[in-house]
Amino acid sequence: MSEQQRPSSAEEFLKGLWRENPVFVAVLGMCPALAVTNSAINGLAMGLATTFVLVSSSILVSLLRNAIPKQVRITAYIVIIATFVTVVDLLLAAFTPTIHKALGAFIALIVVNCLILGRQESFASKNKVGMAIADAAGMSGGFTFALVCIGGIREILGSGSLFGLSLFGEGFEPWVIMILPPGGFFALGFLLLFFNWLTNRRKQKQQANIDYETVGGNLLNDKS
Amino acid sequence: MDAQQHTEREPSAFRMIATLGVAGFLAGVILVSIFQWTKPMIDQHRADALEAAIFEVLEGAHTYTTLRVEGESLAIVEGETDQPTIYAGKDSTGTLIGFAIPNEATGYQDIISVLFGYDPVAKKVVGMEVLESKETPGLGDKIYKDDDFVAQFADLAVAQGIQAVKPGEKTAENQVITITGATISSATVVDIINNGLAEWQSRIDNYLAESETMAQNDTP
Repeated sequence: MSEQQRPSSAEEFLKGLWRENPVFVAVLGMCPALAVTNSAINGLAMGLATTFVLVSSSILVSLLRNAIPKQVRITAYIVIIATFVTVVDLLLAAFTPTIHKALGAFIALIVVNCLILGRQESFASKNKVGMAIADAAGMSGGFTFALVCIGGIREILGSGSLFGLSLFGEGFEPWVIMILPPGGFFALGFLLLFFNWLTNRRKQKQQANIDYETVGGNLLNDKS
Repeated sequence: MDAQQHTEREPSAFRMIATLGVAGFLAGVILVSIFQWTKPMIDQHRADALEAAIFEVLEGAHTYTTLRVEGESLAIVEGETDQPTIYAGKDSTGTLIGFAIPNEATGYQDIISVLFGYDPVAKKVVGMEVLESKETPGLGDKIYKDDDFVAQFADLAVAQGIQAVKPGEKTAENQVITITGATISSATVVDIINNGLAEWQSRIDNYLAESETMAQNDTP
């Protein structure tokens, strides 16, 4: 890894939020993204729980990256991740019992969220603590953003409210299907469609710029 | 390839075991400390949830007394007890409304813990509340999220025990219609109530008979 080309920690943070968003671009962590997002607050709580686990384990893995032998690294990462997941499970049960009940078995399942192990293996274990924190915060920020988007859409359409606040009044007939499991797939499908459309449009613009420059350059060369 | 192998020598087995051992030990220390710290709060939430559930399954209850097994009857619990307990709900005039009975059994995923209200005079189940369950979200969790299923336990004759039947097959008053897609979870709730009644019914009857004789002796 050469020092000159290394991106800044701000860039590492921002890439997870948007360009390499774990849900909309990398399509990681689909189980919680579909299962607990029947309301915006559940999506937010799941996102924050994942943020806590990802940031804390990234710090530890990055600090210990030279102490953990390569051969046992995955086992060590899982021990670290599982510890933080259990901690967050106990803390939620103690301080926010309602949210703990709503998220149910999915808190324990953060252990197997491939986003978390993936960041340890591909980033935290190879970078300094500051960069690892930036990467983890960006990725989990992107994950939380995605979960709140899915949860928000499902709650607005399925319950006629957002973060528990009623939006449309009495006359609104909620689309119950949106808060049922199929609603998760609908919301995620449309969001993926939207993100792909955005990405393609950006690519086309960039391509058009490159074409323009190349053609322009060739014309210049021809003239000379 | 050879040069690389020389530079990256495999660490000794001892070092690998030691690394994982230390990781496991530290994880254990952290978990034990957090568990000890949060336990009182979690227990308090459980107790609050249980109390709310008691008033939920015994409609009109104002106060309740905790009872434990004593021989073939029941006795009022004073202080703490490790024995299984049930709760006698009374209305504002002090008249007994019924008993809230907790019981649990293994469902589809994990243990389902239920509290149900029982009226010993009418021999009816008068309410059911799931205290804890990790049943499949979207399917098994309907045992507490599906209002139609829960409502079946609001007025259920139990003199003959209750039965779980599939939708469209209900013919008798003591039958409960299971949830499509969650047959095991909903049948487990029925089993939990049947077993709970089998365990407590005779003791409740004995206790009520005793209290009645005592009341008669008190008023000559």
